[in-house]
Amino acid sequence: MQFGIFSIGDIARDPLTGRTPSEAERIQNIVRIAQKADEVGLDVFALGEHHNPPFVPSSPVAILSHVAALTKNIVLSTAVTLITTNDPVRIAEEYAMLQHLAKGRLDLMIGRGNTVPVYPWFGQDIRQGVPLALENYNLLHRLWREDVVDWEGSFRTPLQGFTATPRPLDDVPPFVWHGSIRTVEIAEQAAYYGNGYFANHILAPNFHFKPLVDFYRERYEFYGHGTAQQAIVGLGGQVFIAKNSQDAVTQFRPYFESYPLFGGTPLEVYMERTPLSVGSPQEVIEKTLTFQEGFGDYQRQLFNVDLGGLPIEQVLEQIELLGTEVVPVLRKELEGRRAPGVPDAPTHASLVRAKYGDAEPRQPAPRQHRGDNVIGASPYLDNDPNQAVSYPSVH
Amino acid sequence: MTDNVNEGTPVKIVAITAGVSDPSTTRMLSDRIAQKVTDLLRAQGREAIVTTVDLAPMAGEIAQTLVTTYPGERVQAAIDVIAEADALIVSTPVYKAGVSGLFKSFIDILDNDLIIATPTILAATAGTSRHAMVVDEQMRGLFAYLRALPVPTSLFAAPEDWGASALTDRIARAATELVALVQADVRTAMTASSWDQYQHQFAGNAKRAARSVGDIDFSSELMRMAAGGASRPKRDASGA
Repeated sequence: MQFGIFSIGDIARDPLTGRTPSEAERIQNIVRIAQKADEVGLDVFALGEHHNPPFVPSSPVAILSHVAALTKNIVLSTAVTLITTNDPVRIAEEYAMLQHLAKGRLDLMIGRGNTVPVYPWFGQDIRQGVPLALENYNLLHRLWREDVVDWEGSFRTPLQGFTATPRPLDDVPPFVWHGSIRTVEIAEQAAYYGNGYFANHILAPNFHFKPLVDFYRERYEFYGHGTAQQAIVGLGGQVFIAKNSQDAVTQFRPYFESYPLFGGTPLEVYMERTPLSVGSPQEVIEKTLTFQEGFGDYQRQLFNVDLGGLPIEQVLEQIELLGTEVVPVLRKELEGRRAPGVPDAPTHASLVRAKYGDAEPRQPAPRQHRGDNVIGASPYLDNDPNQAVSYPSVH
Repeated sequence: MTDNVNEGTPVKIVAITAGVSDPSTTRMLSDRIAQKVTDLLRAQGREAIVTTVDLAPMAGEIAQTLVTTYPGERVQAAIDVIAEADALIVSTPVYKAGVSGLFKSFIDILDNDLIIATPTILAATAGTSRHAMVVDEQMRGLFAYLRALPVPTSLFAAPEDWGASALTDRIARAATELVALVQADVRTAMTASSWDQYQHQFAGNAKRAARSVGDIDFSSELMRMAAGGASRPKRDASGA
């Protein structure tokens, strides 16, 4: 079971001091948050992608590659990478590069995002959001698995004899989670490929997304990747922890109440009805355990701890408490509960083992440059030199 | 000619009312309509159960649902009752030349497919008869959007109507229309085979919402794409 934190990288005014951090400050703080998560032994740090103020992470790849250099063990991920408005060719190349630099400590979560104007900013049409997400991932999946791709679809120019570079580390693509909270087709796509399914379980009533998670599990089994129980499920959560529960509520209340996302719902109502945990480590542990009771054994739990202008010192303290008091207990408790045969979330190491066993992983090395910058159907020394390129017809 | 499969089971009538005072004339109008509908059904040998969804006591929760997307317990219970309704009676006071904000807010949080083809009586009350067209010009369009089945007769009561027998006659007319639609089970006839052609949300609140694998049509274009298919038929890769 993996535990980690995910951030949308929002910048908000601190309601207690009235001070709003600059972008420069928030960018540095995101790095500190990731480093702290690594130090206290959390498993995952995931960062959102946004292209509008007050959010800062427009380029999670850039931030995460910097974080990769400063951390040791933590797996870096995204929450989410926009599969709709990013060209899948760019995603394939940028995240493969990041995967190399992070030495395999990378997976990514793809999703449609929630900001309507982003679509036109990147030349896309939100009315095509679902087919765009499906087609783009279908292409991304191939770009990471086939050295040479001939492809055509509805939303971008055809590819002829295209090779996304670099090839993934050890020729093993980063594991992909599909994040979705309402679209059954996205759950189906996750199941079809045997990828992970992440339900961001915040901002909605407890267990609201159970029908979608169950759907994914059942289809995962249908496609022969394992039993429904073995499907790879991740959940979002949100916590604010203090040594005792009253302090937690008192300290968190102004941040909760000043944040528009919560729609003016009273904190107590929100704590009761949604997965938000505000309280002592024990209370947070107990609430998180109910997730397993509701959704079944799952592989990844991400917490949001830095929303709404919480000062960096307090965010770091949250991560400290998660790492020292909450997660160790959850780890032990959930391991004990876990049904036999339920796997961990795939990591680069486990995927390499699954692909190669004890054999050496493939390390693609390109053929000699021919002078035209196009290598054709056999770009790597170990490719079949007789393989033909097939070109999509022009119409 | 097939027998009405519902014969013998009570008709579930849900009266949604946005009146705020106590007693509220909107609630009075709603109650009178419900009574008339019940009487007519009983005369035809059908029992009816009327459930009134009174919006005023949950005004705060309705407003919160608007801004947080997810309904609280009371609102959810109201939605569940409406999802089960065989017929609706909806009534609102007119404020500032329109349906009350409370009423519109509640309608705004309903799933788009919650009341498809559900026979519905539209009713409003106002302080002056100058607002008489609000039912036809605002409520009818709203319920058309929801693909509900408003009866031809709209009901409207200004102060002078409460003393006039014409209101009673119009209530009887609207009730007759509603009962005719219910007894003919028009909703089932309309949606039995075409339900999938309306847009739905997975695990939504509609009675017939898809909730599990068994309810899903995997032959759709999007589902084909989800299972690795191209977004349009791919030409033969060999170019043949």
